[in-house]
Amino acid sequence: MTKKILIVDDEPNIVMSLEYTFKKQGFEVFIARDGSEALEILKHHTPNVILLDIMMPNVDGYQTLTFIKETESLKHIKVVFLTAKNKASDIEKGLSLGADKYLTKPFSVKKIVSEIQELVT
Amino acid sequence: MNSYAVVIIIIIYLAVLFYIAFLAEKKRQSKWVNNPYVYTLSLAVYCSAWTYYGSVGIAANSGIDFLPIYIGPVIAAPLWILLLRKIIRISKQHKISSIADFISLRYGNNRFLGALVTVICLFGTLPYISLQLKAVSETFGILSVDNNFIATTVIDDSTFYIALLLAIFAAFFGTQNTDASEKHKGIVATVALESMLKLVFFLAIGTYITFYLFDGTTDIYNKISVTDNFKELTSLGEIEEGFNWFFMIALSFMVIFLLPRQFQVSVLENNREKHLKKAVWLFPLYLLLFNIFVIFIAWAGKLTFGDTENAEYYTLLLPLEHGNMFLATLVFLGGFSAVISMVVVSTLALSTMVSNNLVIPYGFLDKFIKNQPERNSKYIKNIRRISIFTIIISAYFFYVLFSKALSLYSIGLISFVIISQLAPSFFIGLYWNRGSSKGAIIGMVVGFFIALYTLVLPFTLEAYLGTDDFRQYGLMGIEALKPYALFGIDFLSPPSHAFFWSMSLNLFCYLTFSLTSKGNYRERNYAEMFVDSKNFTNLQDSALVWKGEAYVADIKNVLARFLGDKKATRALNIFFTKYKLSQDTQLADARLINFSEKLLTGSIGSASAKILIASVVKEEQISLVEVLKILEESKENIVSNKVLLDKSNELSQLTSQLKAANEELISKDKQKDEFLDTVAHELKTPITGIRAATEVIMDDDDMPKEIKAQFLKNILQDSDRLGRLINNILDFEKLETGGLHLDMQEQDIQKTIVKAIASISQIAAKKEVQIINNNVHSFLLSYDEDRILQVLTNLLSNAIKFCERKTGKIHVDYKLGNQLIEISVADNGKGIPEEDFLYIFDKFYQSQDQNTRKPQGSGLGLAITKQIVEKHNGRIWAKKGIKNGATLVFTIPFN
Repeated sequence: MTKKILIVDDEPNIVMSLEYTFKKQGFEVFIARDGSEALEILKHHTPNVILLDIMMPNVDGYQTLTFIKETESLKHIKVVFLTAKNKASDIEKGLSLGADKYLTKPFSVKKIVSEIQELVT
Repeated sequence: MNSYAVVIIIIIYLAVLFYIAFLAEKKRQSKWVNNPYVYTLSLAVYCSAWTYYGSVGIAANSGIDFLPIYIGPVIAAPLWILLLRKIIRISKQHKISSIADFISLRYGNNRFLGALVTVICLFGTLPYISLQLKAVSETFGILSVDNNFIATTVIDDSTFYIALLLAIFAAFFGTQNTDASEKHKGIVATVALESMLKLVFFLAIGTYITFYLFDGTTDIYNKISVTDNFKELTSLGEIEEGFNWFFMIALSFMVIFLLPRQFQVSVLENNREKHLKKAVWLFPLYLLLFNIFVIFIAWAGKLTFGDTENAEYYTLLLPLEHGNMFLATLVFLGGFSAVISMVVVSTLALSTMVSNNLVIPYGFLDKFIKNQPERNSKYIKNIRRISIFTIIISAYFFYVLFSKALSLYSIGLISFVIISQLAPSFFIGLYWNRGSSKGAIIGMVVGFFIALYTLVLPFTLEAYLGTDDFRQYGLMGIEALKPYALFGIDFLSPPSHAFFWSMSLNLFCYLTFSLTSKGNYRERNYAEMFVDSKNFTNLQDSALVWKGEAYVADIKNVLARFLGDKKATRALNIFFTKYKLSQDTQLADARLINFSEKLLTGSIGSASAKILIASVVKEEQISLVEVLKILEESKENIVSNKVLLDKSNELSQLTSQLKAANEELISKDKQKDEFLDTVAHELKTPITGIRAATEVIMDDDDMPKEIKAQFLKNILQDSDRLGRLINNILDFEKLETGGLHLDMQEQDIQKTIVKAIASISQIAAKKEVQIINNNVHSFLLSYDEDRILQVLTNLLSNAIKFCERKTGKIHVDYKLGNQLIEISVADNGKGIPEEDFLYIFDKFYQSQDQNTRKPQGSGLGLAITKQIVEKHNGRIWAKKGIKNGATLVFTIPFN
């Protein structure tokens, strides 16, 4: 069965690299530019994993995660933060909100892929 | 009335007084005992039998001459607030127990001076007390008709027994405590009651005589005005009479402070300083009330009896004449009250003086040092009790021997003149620190002897020798030495004359000897403390200048002899705690010496206390210069304490400033952290893009060409973004630290605006936003064109960012203001929230929760813009009250 991934980030250049890589790995990839777009997509699709940025316009990453974890039909989805915020306090906050992993930018694409693979198999 | 009835009345009355005194002692803290009215009434101890009976006598014989004696105190009363308050404060501070103590302490604890004052007071008061006994005796005689005799022996003279009863009363309530500076509430309470009774009874008899026996004041006046010598009685007489009045007023002014009984009630028995405020007006009112009827009673008596009766007793004789025994008894009791209060308070004051300033320092000290404490305390009390009895009995014999022939008025004035000899050293000593003990002693002695010579001697000799040669021809027939006309001054009345000469020479000696002789160090020390009492209030114990060696154990020994072991230990513990000294301190310092002296002063007087302490202390003489230096230092201590306080205030102010600065620093630090955080985040974004794209290309050899091209293009874009960002940061840093120099050139602002629009037109076109340049006129002024271009580009790109695609419109405009040009960039985008107006020019300020909101742009644009504008001495702000979009305005001044 094809794995589905939702990438939420407002930086198109970064999204492009991730999208290309995950497609090549056989994922079905959904893209959202901010939290509100992500929640829109989640109404129709249920990905296996969400790769979520934190600092985004409109609805940010924390709010998005909180909504997902509070929604019965969505809360089983694995969520991985991918963000430039790398202070210890930020990481703690992210994990305490229910994120499965916390990965920081700049990142190695290979590393991201292996982390996600590990999570969805 | 039967004389036994009178005796019974007297005994009942005394019993009531005993009971009231007892109650007052028992309820010492009660409001009934501690209030300004009791205080004021106790001051009315001034109105003795002399006032009660004597005034009427004077009024009948010589007109209104009785008045000056009350005018003096009335003039003095307002000064109490200043003068009496100072005296009270000093007395409380030094535990002073009598006026002799007060004066001797002022002149350096001078033992001889204390004794001298005591002797003068004895001379001044004994005849006065005998005058009171005389009044009791005579009124007793008048009232008890069946027993109208003058006793031939002491044993059957009722006056003797009355005197004894008074002595018992004074001894019982006056020596409850060894410490004479303690208050005597019982005595004060009875005095207040008696003052009330004597006033009420006097007013009653006045009303009775004036309105019942006669038809009001007018009636009496009409009747008396037709008698022979009426004119003498109602006029003041010649200028000589004026002098008499002046001297009498001055005399009574002084004695209201100096009389031992007045000092006792006004100073020593004063509870609260604020009671003075009421006494200042209430006491003169009391005197006024007392004098209202005097003249009418006198006239009424004269009209009734002519010259056949002793005018001093008109108040008794008039009701008796009209058969009103009840009123006569009341009058008698009023007079008796006046007598009791005067006798009791005077004896109390005198006995303290005699014991503390005469007996103890001149004979009993050695004994005390050897004795046990309980016995000492008993000894002291006994000395006082014996003094009380001795004084009253002496007064009784003085009365039997001398004063039967004299009027109340003349004895009263003799007392006044003698007591007034204390005035120069007392009053001047309070305000002049040069006044010395030598001056005080010589002045007092000289004044005292002159008073004796000019006032006491003539009538004594007359009484003994039965001739008035001395008065007529002077000492050894020398004209200039005539006692009533010394050196030819013959126009004054004897008391005025005596007062004039004794006071003048007393004052002269006091001033002369004070100026020529400097007191020893101790004297100067106390002089300074009295004169400058305010300054030394806070110093308390340390104000004493002292140099020498003493052991705490020795001093404790002395204290224990008078206070008992327990009390002495407790007092020393308190002292050590107060000055934060170790409990096992061995050597005593000046403070302990002074503290101990003060402790003993209440019991045995200041002079004795000094001698006692000195007996266990090896004291060294200090030069006057040293004394003054130490006193000066003490004063400086106060001053420097003040300076210290100021400094500490300053310090706390600085601390709060520092705190504020620190808080600002912390907030700055936090801002810096946020700044770095944001910068890091901003830098990471393009780097992430570059890194990811590069990795993807590297790992995928089969990547389609156009996709690879897109990745490479992204890398290029991110690199540019990184470069721009770094430039912005460097720019901002340069601007903020002031490292930027403007290249000021005269330019056309219109051209610069056009250039800015041109540079951004591509981006605008991409978003289909329209830029309109409103003002097309040229205007020349001086600025750095590159920098202003940066400002305009920043504002325009910001505006484009916030504008909606296609509908966006941006207006650039400028207008001239007062010596400046005002350029505005207005868009129709989403606008700026009101709360952000103040902050939009802060670096990286985006909006409230910037932490999680994606910044649009570098976040440094507006901050840089602001710096550039301010560098040009201009201002930049967001215009308020804009409905659609935002309008940012900046100014460039002409210079």
